Amino acid sequence: MQWDIVIGLEIHVQLATKTKIFSGSSTSYGAEPNTQANAVDLAMPGTLPVPNEQAFRYAVMFGLAVNAQIERRSVFERKNYFYPDLPKGYQTTQLERPIVGPGFVDIDLPNGETKRVRIHHAHLEEDAGKSLHEDFHGMTGVDLNRAGTPLIEVVTEPDMNNAEEAVAFAKKLHSIVTSLGICDGDMSQGSMRFDVNISLKPKGSDTLGTRTETKNLNSFRFMEQAIAHEVERQMDVLEDGGSIVQETRLYNGDRDESRSMRTKEEANDYRYFPCPDLLPVEIDDSFIEEARNSLPELPDARKVRFMDHYGLNDYDASLLSGDSKLATFFEEAASQGKDAKLVANWIQGEFSARLNAEEKSVADSPISGAQLGDLVVRIADNTISSAGAKKVFEALWSGENDSVDAIIDAKGLKQVSDTGALEAMVDEVLAGMPDQVAQYQNEEDPKKRKKMLGGFMGPLMKASKGQGNPKLFNEILVRKLGG
Amino acid sequence: MHNKSVAELSRELESGQVSSVELTQEFLDRIKREDSKYNSFITVTEEQALADARVADDQRAAGNATPWTGIPFAHKDIFCTNGVRTTCGSKMLENFVPPYDATVTANFRQAGAVCLGKTNMDEFAMGSSNENSYFGAVTNPWGLSEGNKRVPGGSSGGSAAAVAARLIPAATATDTGGSIRQPAALCGVTGLKPTYGRVSRYGMIAFASSLDQGGTMARTAEDNALMLNVMAGFDPKDSTSIDREVPDYTATLNEPLKGLRIGLPREYFSDQLSPAMEQQVRNAVKEYEKLGATVKEVSLPNAKLAIAAYYVIAPAEASANLSRFDGVRYGYRCEDPKDLMDLYTRSRAEGFGEEVKRRILVGTYALSAGYFDAYYLKAQKVRRLIQQDFINAFKEVDVLMSPTTPSPAFIQGEKTSDPVTMYLEDVFTIAINLAGVPAMSVPAGFVDGLPVGLQIIGDYFSEARLLNAAHQFQQVTDWHQREPQ
Repeated sequence: MQWDIVIGLEIHVQLATKTKIFSGSSTSYGAEPNTQANAVDLAMPGTLPVPNEQAFRYAVMFGLAVNAQIERRSVFERKNYFYPDLPKGYQTTQLERPIVGPGFVDIDLPNGETKRVRIHHAHLEEDAGKSLHEDFHGMTGVDLNRAGTPLIEVVTEPDMNNAEEAVAFAKKLHSIVTSLGICDGDMSQGSMRFDVNISLKPKGSDTLGTRTETKNLNSFRFMEQAIAHEVERQMDVLEDGGSIVQETRLYNGDRDESRSMRTKEEANDYRYFPCPDLLPVEIDDSFIEEARNSLPELPDARKVRFMDHYGLNDYDASLLSGDSKLATFFEEAASQGKDAKLVANWIQGEFSARLNAEEKSVADSPISGAQLGDLVVRIADNTISSAGAKKVFEALWSGENDSVDAIIDAKGLKQVSDTGALEAMVDEVLAGMPDQVAQYQNEEDPKKRKKMLGGFMGPLMKASKGQGNPKLFNEILVRKLGG
Repeated sequence: MHNKSVAELSRELESGQVSSVELTQEFLDRIKREDSKYNSFITVTEEQALADARVADDQRAAGNATPWTGIPFAHKDIFCTNGVRTTCGSKMLENFVPPYDATVTANFRQAGAVCLGKTNMDEFAMGSSNENSYFGAVTNPWGLSEGNKRVPGGSSGGSAAAVAARLIPAATATDTGGSIRQPAALCGVTGLKPTYGRVSRYGMIAFASSLDQGGTMARTAEDNALMLNVMAGFDPKDSTSIDREVPDYTATLNEPLKGLRIGLPREYFSDQLSPAMEQQVRNAVKEYEKLGATVKEVSLPNAKLAIAAYYVIAPAEASANLSRFDGVRYGYRCEDPKDLMDLYTRSRAEGFGEEVKRRILVGTYALSAGYFDAYYLKAQKVRRLIQQDFINAFKEVDVLMSPTTPSPAFIQGEKTSDPVTMYLEDVFTIAINLAGVPAMSVPAGFVDGLPVGLQIIGDYFSEARLLNAAHQFQQVTDWHQREPQ
């Protein structure tokens, strides 16, 4: 049987505010457990929440960036359940009246097409703390540093039909929130977490199948794997004549396994009701306009500009505009010279390979955009060969020296491009290789002749101590040997 | 000395006739000597009080005094006091010492007042008789005879009894459905529940957040005004407090009442009210007429729905507000929990009293899937109607007057077996909390030797007018000066 896959996402985005959504505690990551939790975060008796205006500004910026309606009046509700890392016994969140209404995001698919994914809504809420089950000898430790960190939860319509689309959407969303500067985007620290809702239906059917929700995926790779895993699991169940149980599942990326966390029947009755400690949030036009005016350039606009201004093709522009840090790096490099395409090639080639090999992000790169730009300038003006350029790149990366020109000088990588000097070397080398010259001149197959040319390059590079411009050597050779 | 008002004591401190240390010692002695009869205090902070009194005397000597510098008073044990145990009348918080002050607590500290201790209350402010305290029932100083102990009302019964028994000249209190006015009425003292949002709720342990309001209790209206001067004001720590100028509430106490338009809500003079009680209230209204006020009958047509709506909304909010008492971070924890669920269920089952558990259950039920619309949503709609009733009434009159309670103080144990009868104690007070308007209870006579309270209800932020009306009444009557034997 053929199946259609239907995927919807819920994404928790931690907002990069300095303090928590309802208290003055710091939100920075990695502090000693419970050192960033004050009386409000600990839900001490009598304490009350005070909303952080910056969280609202960020939520509005997000709404505007995903073409959404900003709700003028939104309401916080209490979602009631008991858990040790939830100090109040309820999470303050939004349900009936979220701050961000329906919107959409366009994603680029690998086949070059664009697909629109609709956003159902996005709401503000507080994060819970962390329960630590290891290291406590059968007990559970509770760290409330994260409790009260502001989140927006983005809920999509079930508009994605395979893992690639879901990942493309997730990456696009990552790119939007990091470009906006409202989230640090660091998935390893939980700054973005994905819940994936998946169902299958017979190909072409209009009726949605029963869905499962796989929770808390914190990398694009795990998300892709988890979707593949869950699609396969559901397909097996359905093709064996079984039916899907509506449930929440947990995926273990290291083992590529999933297990049921709770079924619909076991689900809590959260008894939502409007939080009486917080007044409805009224957002006026001037607040929205202020947020609109503070919006930085977004990935879609940046892509168009990269194509127009730098002459990049769709593929390069897409790749370089997606991550705001990478985009800035590219622009720093490209502004040093004129050859933006060559800059793009270097970023996607040597530079990315090196980052990946060392598991570094652009922000950790030991090379600045300007340095890479200088390097590309020296390639473009024939000062160095591409082989020489790699040596310069190495020296920059290892921190040997931070000036491209100084490295070229120190390593003697400057190419000789003086045609007179090169011609003399060619004459001298050819004079010493009469047999090879004759052989070349007797050969009629142009392919073989081209190959035989290479035989002269070695001695020429040796004669020039590696500094002859190979392109010029080639031109002179062809001329001297007669076609 | 113990019969003097805060205003009088303040003048004596100022003139040097008495020191704060002397005053503090005198009231501490009275508490030590007398309170075994009433059980109005949960905690007495003798050493701290004397130390604070010495500081207050120094401040006065240095010329840095406020009207409150050196005045002994007490806090209802619902206000968090930094370093001093705050129990909320519950076993759950028997050993809880907050590391912070409520805003109200901090305001009194700032003003130089000397806190002598924490007064008894119904557990988590749930009750109308002060019989729901883990620390024992409070006894009303009125009608005290062998085998005939009467309730002081609740939940601020400790504050009311302590003020009535002259153990303290003034005490803070809170009111969610009548918890200031009803005990004030039953104990023959003057109490004010301000407009919702007038006094910060920060550090005041929550029962029902949209109804809870901190307020004042003392023998005179003037002292209530002095207290409100310290307590009222916007607090950035409480998002529901209102940013609005605070007048000097003592400045308008002596305004003449000529032309004051009084409304008598017909629904509050129903057959629930005994004829003797009604007579006292009507006599009080006559005094106002003598002072130049006009009186007319008005209607609060939805008032009869108030108790039903209240007993959905208040327990619903309480069910969430009390979830934080889970045995994890502070408060009571059961012995040897075998797992997390056991920790939760036993800590809460053992730590909360019967009435608190009843209301958590009621509230949880009202919010449950499938019942939410029928209970919580409907109750909120009723609340809106009740609010509108008051808004309409205040288009016609300046204040409303009614009895505070349907009957005087009843005998301990009389209503404990029937929660619904107990809930009817608040039949005249509860709608005021749903509407959020301010109201006072003022001593207005006696029935069978027991005090009767006159309730004066005002429009939003009309505390100054209420205090003015109460003060003028107290210039021509002496009910508030009567002392229980």
